[in-house]
Amino acid sequence: MAHDDPDTHPAFDIADQVEALESLLVAKGLVAPDALDAIIATYETEIGPQNGARVVARAWSDPAYKARLLVDATAAIAELGYEGRQGEHMVAVENTPQVHNLIVCTLCSCYPWPVLGLPPEWYKSNAYRSRAVIDPRGVLAEFGTHVPEAVEIRVWDSTAEIRYLVLPQRPAGTDGLNEEELAALVTRDTMIGVALVQAPGA
Amino acid sequence: MNGAHDMGGMAGLGELPLQDDEPVFHARWEARVLALTLAAGAWGKWNIDRSRHARERIPGPDYLAMPYYGKWCAGLVRLLLEEGMVSAAELASGRPDPSAAVATPRFTADRVAAALRRGGPTIRPLDCQPRFELGEAVRARNINPEGHTRLPRYVRGHAGVIERLHGAHVFPDDNAHGRGENPQPLYTVRFAARDLWGPSAGPNDSVRLDLWEDYLEPA
Repeated sequence: MAHDDPDTHPAFDIADQVEALESLLVAKGLVAPDALDAIIATYETEIGPQNGARVVARAWSDPAYKARLLVDATAAIAELGYEGRQGEHMVAVENTPQVHNLIVCTLCSCYPWPVLGLPPEWYKSNAYRSRAVIDPRGVLAEFGTHVPEAVEIRVWDSTAEIRYLVLPQRPAGTDGLNEEELAALVTRDTMIGVALVQAPGA
Repeated sequence: MNGAHDMGGMAGLGELPLQDDEPVFHARWEARVLALTLAAGAWGKWNIDRSRHARERIPGPDYLAMPYYGKWCAGLVRLLLEEGMVSAAELASGRPDPSAAVATPRFTADRVAAALRRGGPTIRPLDCQPRFELGEAVRARNINPEGHTRLPRYVRGHAGVIERLHGAHVFPDDNAHGRGENPQPLYTVRFAARDLWGPSAGPNDSVRLDLWEDYLEPA
């Protein structure tokens, strides 16, 4: 197979193509390489689901904070220092024994970056985008998550610039945990709604 | 546009690519594409709606097959060409046209943190009376715009209920095409899953979308 055949070496080909594009844009003075590095470092280290986990842990620990979060999530999340690109207009939706929330973007890949970072591959996949709205229970089952029939599943399709964060249910047996310990239980998937927070040791 | 990107409700589009301990980027080029897109976008030559539409205009078979950041790369190249920031000849050769001016990047590393923290809010003053009230029954209009829209096919023609007003937001159908921001009321609309999908859907389940006023009519 020749290396110039894009059908047989797509990964090789696109890596080369991107490198050439970057070189061209740098040579033309259209982008600064150190700015590119800074953007990447931000999303690899600073902005990720650890931020959202702190928001959830605070809401579990502080009823007044939770109330603010559910009324004006953008402001409540900014209290913890998280704000900006792809989280300009936040809404938090609460899971309860009666309601389970699930977030999707069927049209592209809208996702609350300041609290969850960049979306995982599955969230951006054709399979998730197409199925989450029509078969949420089937999708959840593939994540090993089973929601009783009597529980209402609310699917939120992120069609505008409103970004959603699921406030998962606090598991039983966590009364003695502090915020840091609670945050450690909260995974990315629980804040998208494809998983439930597990009690420690579960 | 009724493109391949508008895939809510479709079947047969592959498996969920689940993986444990997934890295933020799977390869160096993915990270570079993300960063190039944000840095080039900082010139302000296009807006988020236009950049989404650039990706939507990737031919359907390619759109469905391409890796995620491959679509971003294709969208970025299209916008750079449309704005004349690069030429087809430069892309082909990989070298700048020696007769073209060289710019000085304004979006430097020291500006990244503040720019990401600022983002790009799309809310605007609400200077009209919203047409619909909370709890009101509405219907998603049966429209099939040739250009960019954020009204998915799977709700068109279906009835729902106004659940929340988000104020006025930039209207993507206009903003993507250089026709101005034309902000208008944005609502969360609740659709019963059975109204959308029929009896196979869960009886209590629902789907909510954020829809602009022009997408809706009284039910």
